[in-house]
Amino acid sequence: MDGDFKYVGQKRRVKEDRRFITGRGRYAADLRLPGMLHVAMVPSPYACAEIKGVDASAALAMPGVRYVLTGDELFEHINPLLSGLDLPHVKRVPLAHCRARYAGEWVCAVVAETRAIAEDAAELVEIDYDMLDHVIDPEEAIKPEAPLVHPEHGSNVLFDKTWTWGAVDEDFAAAAHSIEYRARWSRCSTIPIETFAVTASWDPGREVLDVWASIQMPKYPEQIARGLRMPVNAVNVHFDIDVGGSYGLKRGIRQTIIVGYLSRVLRAPVRFIEDRLENLSGGEMHGPDRIFDIEMAYDDDATIRSIRIHATDDAGCYPGRAPLQLGKPVSAIVGPYRIGSAQYRAMSVTTNKTSQEAVRGFGQAPTNFAIETGIDKIARTLGLDRDEVRRRNMVRADEFPWRIPSGSEYDSGDYHTVLDKVMKAAGWDDLLARRDALRAEGKLAGLGLSTCLEPSGGNSSFEPLFNPKNDTTTWMEACLIKVDMLGGVTATINTSTSGQGHETLVSVAVGETLGIDPDKIRAIHAESLDALPSNSPVGSRMAIMLGGAAAGAAKKIKQKMIDIAAHNFQLPSDRLVYEDGDVFVDGEPDRKMTWFEIVDIAHRKYHDMPLGSEPGLQANFTWEVPTGGALPAEDGTVQMYPCYAFEAHIPLVTIDRDTGQVEIHDYFIGHDCGTVINPDIVRGMTLGGIAHGIGAALYEKFEYDRETGQLLAGSFMDYLLPSSHEVPSVEIVKHSTPSPLTEFGQKGSGESGYLGAPAGVASAVNDALEPLGLHLDTLPMRVRDIERLINGRET
Amino acid sequence: MKAAPFDYMRVASIDETCKALAEAGDDARLIAGGQTLVPLMAMRMARPSLLIDINGIEELTGIAVEGDELVIKACTRQADTLASDIVREACPLLADALSHVGHTQTRNRGTVGGSLCNADPSAEIPLIARTLDATMTARSAAGERRIAAADFFDFAMTTSLEPQECLTEVRFPIWRDPDTGHGFHEVSIRDSDFALAAAAAQATLDAAGNCTRLNVAIGGASPTAMRLGPVEAALTGTDLSDEAIKDASAVIADLVEPQGDVHANADYRRRVVRVMAIRAIASARDEAKE
Amino acid sequence: MSEHTIKLTVNGREMEGRAEARTTLVDFLRDALDLTGTHVGCEHGVCGACSVVMDGVPVRSCLIYAVQAEGAQITTVEGLEGADGALSPLQDAFWENHAMQCGYCTPGMLIATHALLQENPDPDDEAIREAIGGNLCRCTGYQQIVEAVKMAAAKMRGA
Repeated sequence: MDGDFKYVGQKRRVKEDRRFITGRGRYAADLRLPGMLHVAMVPSPYACAEIKGVDASAALAMPGVRYVLTGDELFEHINPLLSGLDLPHVKRVPLAHCRARYAGEWVCAVVAETRAIAEDAAELVEIDYDMLDHVIDPEEAIKPEAPLVHPEHGSNVLFDKTWTWGAVDEDFAAAAHSIEYRARWSRCSTIPIETFAVTASWDPGREVLDVWASIQMPKYPEQIARGLRMPVNAVNVHFDIDVGGSYGLKRGIRQTIIVGYLSRVLRAPVRFIEDRLENLSGGEMHGPDRIFDIEMAYDDDATIRSIRIHATDDAGCYPGRAPLQLGKPVSAIVGPYRIGSAQYRAMSVTTNKTSQEAVRGFGQAPTNFAIETGIDKIARTLGLDRDEVRRRNMVRADEFPWRIPSGSEYDSGDYHTVLDKVMKAAGWDDLLARRDALRAEGKLAGLGLSTCLEPSGGNSSFEPLFNPKNDTTTWMEACLIKVDMLGGVTATINTSTSGQGHETLVSVAVGETLGIDPDKIRAIHAESLDALPSNSPVGSRMAIMLGGAAAGAAKKIKQKMIDIAAHNFQLPSDRLVYEDGDVFVDGEPDRKMTWFEIVDIAHRKYHDMPLGSEPGLQANFTWEVPTGGALPAEDGTVQMYPCYAFEAHIPLVTIDRDTGQVEIHDYFIGHDCGTVINPDIVRGMTLGGIAHGIGAALYEKFEYDRETGQLLAGSFMDYLLPSSHEVPSVEIVKHSTPSPLTEFGQKGSGESGYLGAPAGVASAVNDALEPLGLHLDTLPMRVRDIERLINGRET
Repeated sequence: MKAAPFDYMRVASIDETCKALAEAGDDARLIAGGQTLVPLMAMRMARPSLLIDINGIEELTGIAVEGDELVIKACTRQADTLASDIVREACPLLADALSHVGHTQTRNRGTVGGSLCNADPSAEIPLIARTLDATMTARSAAGERRIAAADFFDFAMTTSLEPQECLTEVRFPIWRDPDTGHGFHEVSIRDSDFALAAAAAQATLDAAGNCTRLNVAIGGASPTAMRLGPVEAALTGTDLSDEAIKDASAVIADLVEPQGDVHANADYRRRVVRVMAIRAIASARDEAKE
Repeated sequence: MSEHTIKLTVNGREMEGRAEARTTLVDFLRDALDLTGTHVGCEHGVCGACSVVMDGVPVRSCLIYAVQAEGAQITTVEGLEGADGALSPLQDAFWENHAMQCGYCTPGMLIATHALLQENPDPDDEAIREAIGGNLCRCTGYQQIVEAVKMAAAKMRGA
């Protein structure tokens, strides 16, 4: 399993890049259908208001306008959208129904012959609002006097549950010390450069709704069908649309329901491309917005005995899948550490802000940041080196598989070696010396350290954990491989791709298993009507699951070829050897059947096939996530994600004490994701993840005005993404502890960099502030926040 | 984000521009680089019924030295101005500030005149114009007039140009004394973002190293770029030591009227603009000494 | 509102289309001329996904109205490859270095770096980062893009 691969791990150009460099990507907005109509949304100007009436007459009178859809009309014809929580009284709707609950919420959808006309008409829709009180801050929302976002639910608390795993109270009592602190991860997300775009086209002849969308969503066709009250096999999602970045966010089910409904009513293709204003304020693509109150119990030697985490998360207005982002971190609730007991209180709160959606890591990055903040505090309090505290607490290489108090088993790892390697490559002592020299010059300089896990594989048992009525344990992925009559190999991807290089992944996985050059293997995206089941690229699962499914299908092909050859040699199959597509008799390399000969028999010479066998040469394999299939126990323990990647971040920063600006000078990361299938893809994920992490740590916040409830960061002038000037060059130091659970030993890497960078940058900034006796435990640490911390008390 | 509908016309000369403005009424806008106007129109915050396109008017493009003034025609691209040896020689402060204006691509379209007419309180070109007491030339169908920088920038995003006037050029005074240095410092969140606070300074020293002439102005902390007269007065005649600069700059907090926004509140701008002024004056002094 | 006929040269070919005055150049290229390689990311001039070369310099095509581009020479990503479809050294270097993931910002990045290399055949990291400073990428963290440009520059210098 480890080491000796022919194609896995080799440098190889990513197939998908070929179309991107020539401008031939096929994104949802590139598609044009005859008679296509365009949608623009009418947003609510108010954070909370009763909708008394809608007068669309002036809009409808405008030439080129075809329809104005209200929330009331849509509500009558659809099923409300699903939530990950059990909330019978909280209805999630694509267009505001009776009440607008956040500033920017889409109230009407205007349909016209061009987008420009739709926008012109949208300005003419008159809506009569009765303003109501709103609540923006989650801690305010919990108070009894707070205005209710969903009055029928009776409170603004959507979920509040505490699990206690192990002897937490006893461990706290027995420990020499404890610390208590608050860490705040402000509302941000991995907003992509492409907004959500969807075209739906109802074909009354076939009675099929075709959908082309910029999508990354589990069970998307199913949720479309459910929402529109159609059979699933009346929906055909075209997964071959290139998605311009998603990182979790592109769950545009509301947008899709709207255009799907409109297409059926208007019997024409209907397209909605969010403009950037719609996207940021009403696209429901904000991420975790979380307050952590944490206690850690530890001894004089820094051994951490127990941890209590109270996580309050502001889900915004409509809880879809996002509140489950409180659940996924249960899979690594103690980080990479041997902490023996843990208590976790997860509270999901609703406010009059746009809804939260899944973000890369599904809650793990904020949780890692919160835990790592405590590790550094313990080190400071005890006067120990930060790496030493981590060494003393990290799970040791000889202790895997390691079961954590919440029930997940960490499959494999060697955290100490990765830390050693990156500290050596970074020249830790030299960096400290550089830091100290900068300090001697009067500058603020800091060296950061974070050690974090990336749970991967997508065993999403937080679903039944957070909602026992949703007793589900199936998270599968599939692949169909066809070897055609002339010996070409085609493999299917049954979901969408948003930059992860799945075509390259599949061709390498199949090529490795069949011993064939991956460049000769074609990987295609299916349409949902002929797709096999998939749970889509979430939870850093595709290298594991799609790689596993592709390898599994390839193994069946391989076996069938062996069996055909065996039949023709009149020998038992175990006397034959398969190598690089040819099959020969063991010990007699001249007695061989070639790939093409076997393929020809399979397709054309049934008389030479084993008795009763299926003609042709095709196989599919559907794979359940390894370690999956068990519901949570009474106490909430359950195995979540199967494979655990590890990363250690070392940034060196300086801070301009007069302006609060942070500059990252050097950045090193040690990364272990087991076997790497394609080095360039994994490297890109890590570097991009660090860029996301720098954004979350220093620049990005969806700021709302408490008084008015308005989103203040509603364009790219105010929501600031890191550019090439803000993201430094990063040196990646690799290590590999393969997973025993996967085909090639691969673990996920789709969230790498992001899961540890905010913690690493925060560690560096706080190291820089330490000589001033200051610290900052709220992200983002913007120039204004740092400057005020340093200089603000004087004025 | 499609703009509201409008009519469009192209004009080929300054006279045509003035004629079109005179005929069009208040609801017409000139478009030059468009780097600010087009986003505003995309957000429907600006909705002119007529756009008069002045790109490509030859007499509105050009850089030249006339006597003791650097004359830049209004539609000269920021990129060309930044790359110009004439500008670097005659007005290095302007050249320095220009490298902070937007990005390569916006400078390829954005114009010097456009930035001046936009009058953003934190924009670099208005700040330099104010620092050096530049003169703006405005023309309309009724004639031409010169407007000093002190009178040109009325308020945030507002100049004293009449609706029917077109800015045709800006004239920066050239400081001929070789012992002259300049300094420009700004703080922005990301490289090339709008400045949260900025300062520009130009100083001439005599043979003994004392300051004989000092102009300092700040941006981002008041409705318009603002000359720091009291600071200039306090420092002229001194050796511009770090201590002298620090002391003289203490009054800045009382001179400025910063506004807060989502990026920085008023207190931040008030504190940091002083830091920028200190750095700018020190840089000017250091360069003058070279 | 007025509709206009616009004639311009795109990737060496004379092209013509009709559009309202308010139609931006990026929308015109994509919708009227079927050149969908140039992408829309923000429509307010920040992200750079819409970058094209216009009369020799890289610009944001979401900040230009199509009518303003009458008679202009435009290069889009579709015009970077050779007449026979051969990849330019820059495109090839982007592929070799995996200087993209989702590909959405890639046309803009190629335009910005193509323009850089025309002016500066031997850019250092700082010059490259400056050239792409106005092009946002959410996937890559920029590093593989910088490496691609260095590789392309070396190849083009014959190094």
